[in-house]
Amino acid sequence: MRKSATGMRSKWAGGALALFAGVALSAVASQPAAAKQLTLCWAAWDPANALVELGKDFTKQSGIEMKYEFVPWTSYADRFLNELNSHGKLCDLIIGDSQWIGGAAENHWYVKLNDFFAKEHISMDDFVPATVVGYSEWPKNTPNYWALPAMADAVGWTYRKDWFARPEIQSEFKSKYGHDLAPPKTYDELKQVAEFFQGRDIDGKKVYGAYIFTERGSEGITMGVTNVLYNYGFAYENPKKAYQMQGFVNSADAAKGLEFYKALYKCCTAPGMTNAYMQEGLDAFKSGQVAMQMNWFAFFPGLYKDPNVGGDKIGFFVNPAGPNAHFTQLGGQGISVVATSEHQEDALSYIKWFAQPAVQQKWWEIGGYSALKAVVDAPSFPKSAAFAPQFLESMAIVKDFWAEPSYAQLLLDMQKRVHDYVVADKGTSQQALDLLVKDWTKVFSEQGKTVASE
Amino acid sequence: MTTIIHPEHAPVADLAEAAKSRASDKSRAARRAGGLSDRTIAWLFVAPTIILLLAINIFPLIWMIRLSFTSLNLSMSYLPLRFVGLDNFRDILTDEDIWARLQTTAQFVIASVALQVFVGFGLALLINRQFRSHSFWTTIILLPMMLSPAVVGNFWTLLFQPQIGPFNYLVSVFTGVPPSSFSMTGEVALAPWTIVLVDTWMWAPYVMLICLAGLRSIPDYIYEAAEVDRASPWRQFWSITLPMTVPFLMLAVLFRAIENFKMFDMVNLLTSGGPGSTTELVSITLKRAAFEKWRTGYSSALAIILFVTVFGAANIYVKALNRVKQR
Repeated sequence: MRKSATGMRSKWAGGALALFAGVALSAVASQPAAAKQLTLCWAAWDPANALVELGKDFTKQSGIEMKYEFVPWTSYADRFLNELNSHGKLCDLIIGDSQWIGGAAENHWYVKLNDFFAKEHISMDDFVPATVVGYSEWPKNTPNYWALPAMADAVGWTYRKDWFARPEIQSEFKSKYGHDLAPPKTYDELKQVAEFFQGRDIDGKKVYGAYIFTERGSEGITMGVTNVLYNYGFAYENPKKAYQMQGFVNSADAAKGLEFYKALYKCCTAPGMTNAYMQEGLDAFKSGQVAMQMNWFAFFPGLYKDPNVGGDKIGFFVNPAGPNAHFTQLGGQGISVVATSEHQEDALSYIKWFAQPAVQQKWWEIGGYSALKAVVDAPSFPKSAAFAPQFLESMAIVKDFWAEPSYAQLLLDMQKRVHDYVVADKGTSQQALDLLVKDWTKVFSEQGKTVASE
Repeated sequence: MTTIIHPEHAPVADLAEAAKSRASDKSRAARRAGGLSDRTIAWLFVAPTIILLLAINIFPLIWMIRLSFTSLNLSMSYLPLRFVGLDNFRDILTDEDIWARLQTTAQFVIASVALQVFVGFGLALLINRQFRSHSFWTTIILLPMMLSPAVVGNFWTLLFQPQIGPFNYLVSVFTGVPPSSFSMTGEVALAPWTIVLVDTWMWAPYVMLICLAGLRSIPDYIYEAAEVDRASPWRQFWSITLPMTVPFLMLAVLFRAIENFKMFDMVNLLTSGGPGSTTELVSITLKRAAFEKWRTGYSSALAIILFVTVFGAANIYVKALNRVKQR
C-alpha cells in the first residue's frame, strides 16, 4: 500500500525534531565537570599581562585556575558597566575603574569587604591613604570598603633626557629663557620647554614639544585637562557644602586653567592629535616625535625598557604645579568581588592572596603598581625603578574625578564641553565651564541631590 | 449498461467536484492518521523566526515605549522608578544640543546622499557603456561597500593622519599645502566633509548598482527612435535616460537617506563625533545616552522620536515615489 505523502512529511518532521533534541542533549551531557576556576576582568594593557604572570603563583598555591577577560581601554567602561548593570556572571573578580566605586556600591554590584578584611586581618591602614579613598571607599572618607587597592596609578610625564642633555640645546635654551633646561616644575616652565622644542630639527627629524590627552570618546581629554585645572584652582564643589559647584567648577582661575590647556594644545603638540589618548602618546614618544609626553605611570616600565627611547634616553617628572596648587590626576583601580559571582569564596581567597606583602612586592617588580605601604615606603623603593621617586611623589598629590553613581554622565558632559572648547574652538573657557556647571547640576538634580547655586 | 466516461470527456463541473472531493479525502486521511497537515508543517518552520522576531524586535519595541515614560537610569537603579509622563520627550524636544545634533545629521544626510547619487549615477552611466573589461571595473568599484563600516572608519583614520597619511600627502602634491598643516578629522571646517567623503567612497557603488538596473531597463528601441529623430546625446540623456531612471534614483535616495540617518559605526570610529561635537550624529548621541550615561528612559524617548521622524519622512517620500512611478 502506498504511503500517503502527508504521512511521509509528518515522519520527516518528527525525525528532524528528534535529531535536534538528541544533539542538544548530547552537547549538554558532554560538558566536562567544571574545574575550580575564577574569571578576572580588567582592561587590556601591560599591567594586565603582568597580572597574568603573577596569577600563576596563585594557581600553584590554591589549585584554582585563573581565566582573564581583558578589554581595550576604549571599550572597557562600556563593556564592564554593561556586564555589571545586567547582573552578568562573566566576572568573579573585577578590577574596576576608581570612578565606578560609587555606582558599584549603591547598585550592589560589588561585595562589601569590611567583614572579610576584619576576618583576614587585612587593614586598610597598610595601604597608601589616597588609594584607599580613591579605589576602595564609598561613601568617600568613610570606612566602607568595596575593593582592595590593586593598581596604584597617576598621571606623570616622560621626557627625552638625551635631547635635554645635548650641550647645544642646553645653551640655546639658556640664552633664550635665562635658566637651565631641566624637567619643568611648573606649567609655565613646561610650556616654555614645549615651545622650545616645537618644530625643532633633531637628528634630521622634525619634533614637537609635548603630547597631551585630547581623546573625545571615553575619558581622555578630561583625564588630561584636570592635571592643569586642579593646579589653577578648579574644584569639583564647595568643600563646605556638597554639590555646590557654582564658583568652584567655573571660577575665573579654573577658566584660566582651561585656557592654558588649550594654549598648550595649540602651540606645542604634533599635528593630528585631536583625538588622542594613551596609545597615541606612547606611539608619539616611542617614534621620537615629542620631547615630553603626558601619560599614566602604568606605562612607564614598558617605556623604560623600550630599545629606541628607553634606558638612558628617558626621564620622568611629576605633573607640574600651577599658580594655585600642585596636584595630579589619580588613576588606578581596586580589585573587587562581583556580587553575582558563584565563586565568591574562591574570589575572596584571591584577594587575600593578592594582599600579601610578598605578592605585592612581586607585583611591583614585574610591572604592576602596588599600593601597599610596606612596598612603597621601603627604603629601597625609590631606587627600585627609574620612575619610582616620581611615582611616590605623585601618589602624595593625587586628586580624583567624581566617583558618584552618575559619574559616567558627569564625565561625558565634561568630555563634551572641554573638547568643544579646546579642540573645536567653540566659545570661551568661561562659557565652557558655565555650561558644565549647568550640565552637572541637571545630573545631580535627577539623582535627587540638592544643588545649591550660591 | 455501464457508461464509462473518460476524464477528458467528463463535464468540467464534474471534474472540479471530483478534485475537491479528492482533496477533502486526503485532508481527512491526514487528520485521521494523526499526521501533520501542510499548514501545520509550514507554521512549524516559520514559528522559530516569528518567535525570534517577537522576542528581539516586537517585545523590546513595546518595552522601550513603556520605558520612555519612566525615569529609569541603569547606573542608579537603586533609585525608585518613577512614571514621568512626557517629561523625557519634553526634555529632548526643548534641548538645544539635540536640535544641533539633528541639524548635523540632516546636513550629513543631505550632503552625502547628494554626492553619492551624483557619483553613483555617473559611474552607472560609464559602466553602462559596456566597454572592454567593464565587469572587472564593476567589481573593483563595488569593493568598498563590501567592507565593514568599522574597518572603513579605522583605516581611513590612518589615511587621514596628517604626518604619515597618504591623503594629506596627495593633497600637498596637487596644491602645495604642507601635509601637516591641516587635519581632515581634527578641524571643525573639514571634519564634516571628511565623513561625507568616506561615506560616499563606501556607498556610491551601491547607488551605482541601483542606477545601473534602471539604465539597463530602458529599452534600446527608444534610443534608436531618438537617433532616427536626430536627437543629440545630451537631448537623449535629458529626455530619455534621466526621466526613466528617476524612480530608481529616488529609490536609491530613500535607501541611503534611511541608512545615513542611523549612521553610527563609521563616524564613531573616524571622529568619535569630534572635534568637539562637530560630527556628533544623533545616533552617537543616542548611543551615549543609552549605553554610556545609562539614561534608559531618556534614550528610549529619543529613539522613539527618531523612529517616528524617519518613518514619517519615509512615508511621505514613498508616496511621492509612487506618484513618479505612475507617471
